[in-house]
Amino acid sequence: MSTTEVLHHHHKHCDELFADAEAAGLHGDWAASAASFARFRDELLAHFATEEQVLFPAFEAATGMTGGPTQMMRFEHAQMRELIEQMEAALDQRGREAFAGAAETLLMLMQQHNMKEENILYPMCNRTLADTVDVAAGLRQRLEEACPVSA
Amino acid sequence: MHPNMSFEQAPPISVPYRFFLTAPLFGIAAGLLLALTGADALGSRWTGEALALTHLMVAGFMLQAMCGALLQFIPVAAGGNIWRPSLVAGVVHPALIVGVVLLVSGFLAVPGSAFVAGAGLIVAALSGYVAVVGFALFRAPVQSATIVALRVAVLALVVTYGLGFTLAQGLRGSYGVSLIEVTHVHAAWGLGGWSLLLLSGVSYYVVPMFQLTPPYPVWLGRLLPWGLLAVLLVWATQLLRPASEAYSWVLLAGLLLAGTFAAVTLRLQARRRRRVPDVTLTFFRGGMASLLAIVAAGIAVALAPTFAGSQRGALLIGMLALVGLFVSVITGMLYKIVPFLNWLHLQRLGGLTVLPPNMKQMIPERAMVGQMRLHFAALAALLVAVAWPPLTSVAGLLFAASCAWLEWNLLSGVRVYLDFRDRIRAADACHAP
Repeated sequence: MSTTEVLHHHHKHCDELFADAEAAGLHGDWAASAASFARFRDELLAHFATEEQVLFPAFEAATGMTGGPTQMMRFEHAQMRELIEQMEAALDQRGREAFAGAAETLLMLMQQHNMKEENILYPMCNRTLADTVDVAAGLRQRLEEACPVSA
Repeated sequence: MHPNMSFEQAPPISVPYRFFLTAPLFGIAAGLLLALTGADALGSRWTGEALALTHLMVAGFMLQAMCGALLQFIPVAAGGNIWRPSLVAGVVHPALIVGVVLLVSGFLAVPGSAFVAGAGLIVAALSGYVAVVGFALFRAPVQSATIVALRVAVLALVVTYGLGFTLAQGLRGSYGVSLIEVTHVHAAWGLGGWSLLLLSGVSYYVVPMFQLTPPYPVWLGRLLPWGLLAVLLVWATQLLRPASEAYSWVLLAGLLLAGTFAAVTLRLQARRRRRVPDVTLTFFRGGMASLLAIVAAGIAVALAPTFAGSQRGALLIGMLALVGLFVSVITGMLYKIVPFLNWLHLQRLGGLTVLPPNMKQMIPERAMVGQMRLHFAALAALLVAVAWPPLTSVAGLLFAASCAWLEWNLLSGVRVYLDFRDRIRAADACHAP
């Protein structure tokens, strides 16, 4: 198993949680969508935290590259956090259109971001880090912090 | 300060948009030409009007959209750097417009020197384009089914315009080429090579992304480019040897490959994880259904050459391919790409402090759905007009109207972009020391 494989799989898991949250929101089932949205948000934010606190610093230390791909990925994480907040605000106000618009934008950004990571950044990390960091443990720890009940 | 963008060399927004906004204009011209010429245009695929209509669609509508999309797509999907995209777009875009207008005028009048000049201009513009895009594709760091498909697609584009130039010389009587066989090979490489492979390469990337479908199977990504290339090469041997019935089997093999792509795409979309109504999805499904209908009609023509005199069969296949398949999928993708590029560029312009409108606020959903209904109504009318020619003018007008509505929808997206960009600039000016 490569260094980043767990993150690769976790992208797919987050996609599924996103689809559930979006569908519930668009059907106007606000109670269900609040629950499924919270699951999606916690998993996605734990994913970002693992990358920003575990993977990227290790990559930057190993390569000396601090201004390139990892900086771009951090910027996109910030964009996605903003869209998550917009979805959350729309949920609170039960604004179906605002929720759908923020969800559509987040999905496009998230998919593009994931492909860049999976095609470019993760292979670079796998080559330079070669199992010197335990990304899976990092992700597990952050997921436990995010949702202690389910962990 | 925004982070260094070197990880993603996306071109300025004006690069793809000038192509996207030009494409529907050629569709409007094609619809109006069909309405004006009426049933005469569809007497055969070989009339000057039919050839003019075909080239307004393939070298006008489709080529504009495809050239613009590829300049945007290669850096994002493949990590390939396009050499000076603004310069390339600034030269290729106007040259293609003028070239296609001259070419189409030549088909409608007597092919004269302007006709060959038009063909020459297209060849020159596309040669420059292929040099830049081909270089980026061959140096792309990402190796994927998408890249393989795009590489073979670009090769097929070169064969297409090379043969097209030969045909332009031949139509003027400059030298003796067997026009019918060269046309068969030219059309097959253009539609089955360049267009279909480009569509497949882009689909491998966007279909799972837009709808959260499972990924395309690995075997399809290998089979399609090499299978189609082999079929197209064998098909091209009719330039060297007398036509025989064996070519029907070659055509059949190509159609089955294309049908496999359509079937797999529909199957993946049926298994999509994202279950919300989506205009792009409906356009894509309409396109794939058209491709399956082409396969069925093509099999009928290939196995029973007497099928409705074959002339109508060819026209039917042409309508299904140009309007049913390619205009549908291109429109569907434009309705996703334009809102997303708007958002992305505005977001980068405003940083994380000024929030741009979300994607659904860029082009009104109702306008997209309305335009889509008109598009499919126009397609239905065009297909009926092949069998019942009195409907031709109405079908032409419907198609022109649907392209005009598409243009209007794209322009309303651009207006949102420009308004918001001006607001960001005004806010920046206020905060400047």
